[in-house]
Amino acid sequence: MKGWTLRCFGWRSAFSAARRFPLTLFIALQCLFILPAHAQVTFNRLLNSTKEPQNWMTYSGDYSGKRFSALDQINLKNAPTMAAKWVYQTGATGKLETTPLVVDGILYATAQDDRAFALDARTGRPIWMYQRQIPTDIRPCCGHVNRGLAILGDKVFLGTLDAHVIALDAKTGNVVWDVVAADYRAGHSFTVAPLAVKNLVVIGVSGGEYGVRGFIDAYDAETGVRKWRFYTVPGTGEPGHDTWEGDSWKVGGAPAWNTGTYDASTNQIFWPTGNPAPSNRGEGRAGDNLYSNSLLALNADIGKLNWYFQFTRHDEHDWDATQVPVMIDSGDKHLIAQANRNGFFYVIDRSTGKLISATAYGKTTWSDAKDSEGRPVANKEASPTLEGHTVCPGALGTTNFMAPAYDPQTSLFYVTARDQCDIFSTAPQPYEAGHAYYGSAYFPSEEGRPYLGFLKAIDPATGEVKWKFQHTSPTWSGVLSTAGGLVFSGDAEGNFIAFDASSGKPLWHFQMGGAVYAAPMAFAVDGKEYVAIAAGSAIYAFGLP
Amino acid sequence: MLKLSYAAVIVFLALDLAACAADDRNPLAGDAKAAKAGEYEFRINCALCHGLGARGGGRGPDLTRAVKKHTHSDADMFQVISNGIAGTAMPANGTNGQGVGMTDEEIWQIITYIRSQEVKAPAQAAGNAAHGKDLFYGDANCSLCHMVEGKGGRLGPDLTGVGGSRTHEALVDSVRNPSRRLAWGLTESTKEFPQEYESVTAITAGGKEIKGVTLNEDSFSVQIMDVNEQIHLLEKDKLRSFQKSRASAMPKYGADVLSDKDLEDIVAYLTSVGAK
Repeated sequence: MKGWTLRCFGWRSAFSAARRFPLTLFIALQCLFILPAHAQVTFNRLLNSTKEPQNWMTYSGDYSGKRFSALDQINLKNAPTMAAKWVYQTGATGKLETTPLVVDGILYATAQDDRAFALDARTGRPIWMYQRQIPTDIRPCCGHVNRGLAILGDKVFLGTLDAHVIALDAKTGNVVWDVVAADYRAGHSFTVAPLAVKNLVVIGVSGGEYGVRGFIDAYDAETGVRKWRFYTVPGTGEPGHDTWEGDSWKVGGAPAWNTGTYDASTNQIFWPTGNPAPSNRGEGRAGDNLYSNSLLALNADIGKLNWYFQFTRHDEHDWDATQVPVMIDSGDKHLIAQANRNGFFYVIDRSTGKLISATAYGKTTWSDAKDSEGRPVANKEASPTLEGHTVCPGALGTTNFMAPAYDPQTSLFYVTARDQCDIFSTAPQPYEAGHAYYGSAYFPSEEGRPYLGFLKAIDPATGEVKWKFQHTSPTWSGVLSTAGGLVFSGDAEGNFIAFDASSGKPLWHFQMGGAVYAAPMAFAVDGKEYVAIAAGSAIYAFGLP
Repeated sequence: MLKLSYAAVIVFLALDLAACAADDRNPLAGDAKAAKAGEYEFRINCALCHGLGARGGGRGPDLTRAVKKHTHSDADMFQVISNGIAGTAMPANGTNGQGVGMTDEEIWQIITYIRSQEVKAPAQAAGNAAHGKDLFYGDANCSLCHMVEGKGGRLGPDLTGVGGSRTHEALVDSVRNPSRRLAWGLTESTKEFPQEYESVTAITAGGKEIKGVTLNEDSFSVQIMDVNEQIHLLEKDKLRSFQKSRASAMPKYGADVLSDKDLEDIVAYLTSVGAK
């Protein structure tokens, strides 16, 4: 609220003054009619984001994680006529994983090496750009990537590869505050798009490959002061601590590198966690290894754990459960669904954390039984061996960080999926701070060739795959669904594709000239709908001709 | 003063390390435990390109060959792993965006491991390279589809470097059983070019049949080289049919077509070119 107060401070008194000063009246009118178009992003606006579908104000479009746009100007009828509207070259090389935000005609996004920028969303023309000088000895796992920003008030928030959290002025890109969350030399980094909730910026750490002790932090958006931290590996005396052997908890991993969701009705943040460390060796960390590969329900104000659900116990395959958890309401049932990296699609009661169903949605060989709660459990043959043997899915998972979508109109859950098996091998490895800590490795298995990539539409009520589209090769693109009856996704060959959400039939495509590692989003400016996605080194915006 | 002495120590250590790196001797040479540790390091850092067991992958040479193109001594190998090879896909240690790379000790472990895997073979192939060249460009018809040093056909892979990166056994097997190890294109972030030499048959809307190999493909289009080296740029939705096969377009050369001796001669030719 600060910026509003400054610009329009005392506009009631300004009205009274306006009788005397026409200019003041002009400013007051500006406050009334012009500024609201560029008003602050209040928590209330984020909470009610579905009421302003022209804007895309959080990583997944709203707090529920649905990545569904209520815009329908681009629809089944006219999608085949779509055309590129603008392209913004970021100047970065490597993978772009960012989802842009759009607020009141301005697009905010990130690129490799902690670049952040603001563009005129109608034209793609840059307004400001920020680039961090990151140290040369950072410890990213998988490229110098970033998945996006959060916005609140007059600031955007960025988690950096050297494990800082920073606030940038949304109008200039100037650094407002910059705090160190953890030591990057020990393997901590941020690649996640933070989530702004109330007056807090919530963010989860990366570094499962380096044996960090994972955490989720919340910072005061105004000051950068840390308000709470939840360690995803319980310390001495805390519940769950006994699920780790000896001192293994100290380097237990369980990072939290993808964006969670928020349920205002219970004031809970749902945040997913990643693999225990070392990822490919269970020996030395006997036990379930809580809260690795889990969905956590945290009190948003204090970061206290209300419940957890662990998808893969004592994981030895790097099957992070960091996929976006999607809140779905069905009648009086309040559910949360996740298409997990381990190959199963889970539906959970989000009031209690109790599992409702778990159904395979891709090729899996690691589990052929369920426990009394219905949770798939690993068979004996699944564990990696010294010499290595084949398990499906592979370490990249049936899905990974690519954002899914849920369309309330078709009641289908859309997810990018892959059928690939890997040879998993294991070996003892001593922990060394800041050094990769895998406990051996995995390789693509020839047995599973060719590796197949799909866009799949899952019915959450049954877990059944209603339709699938097979890509030429597996893709890392996320998915967007829109009220126009469309689903959008990209492929590894550089195409951006519009599908019929009901049938999976491709209706339109555009060759962007670079592989897609990002998820699409939609927005509108001046009454015109756009769909945007990052590919290659650029951001693309498409619309009707 | 304190700062200065720290600096001196650092410089001294750096010199010490450099001296160690330049050392022609692998301090862990022949150490079975180091080789085992090196095997795991190899899996994490090298196997994606060089294959499990160092037997060559989609992109990297087979390192079980005793004769290597870019390295001879352990010190050469240390240098190559540390700094990469300019002009090739071999990256410098720690530059793949996945952490800070290996320690010196780990590099020596990997070298120890690679040495333990080498298959001792004579530096010179047994066959007659000159006769092999005649066969390659003549009766064996290899050059109809394969190029060596700029001469030959285009339908199959260029074989100029193959003799320098694959073992004798792999070369023989590729001729006797061409479909067994059809190249798998690299995918994901390491994807450079997806060509896998898959055989393809397309029938156009007008009924024309096109047989060849795929140069590239996505969900909507395909680029094909036919058996006459003509390039066809096709949109999939305009084709009557489109079928791919992982049976190689190369005929199987059995011993009845190409004797063991003649095959040895061709391998000797390719090895002599690959060693250049």
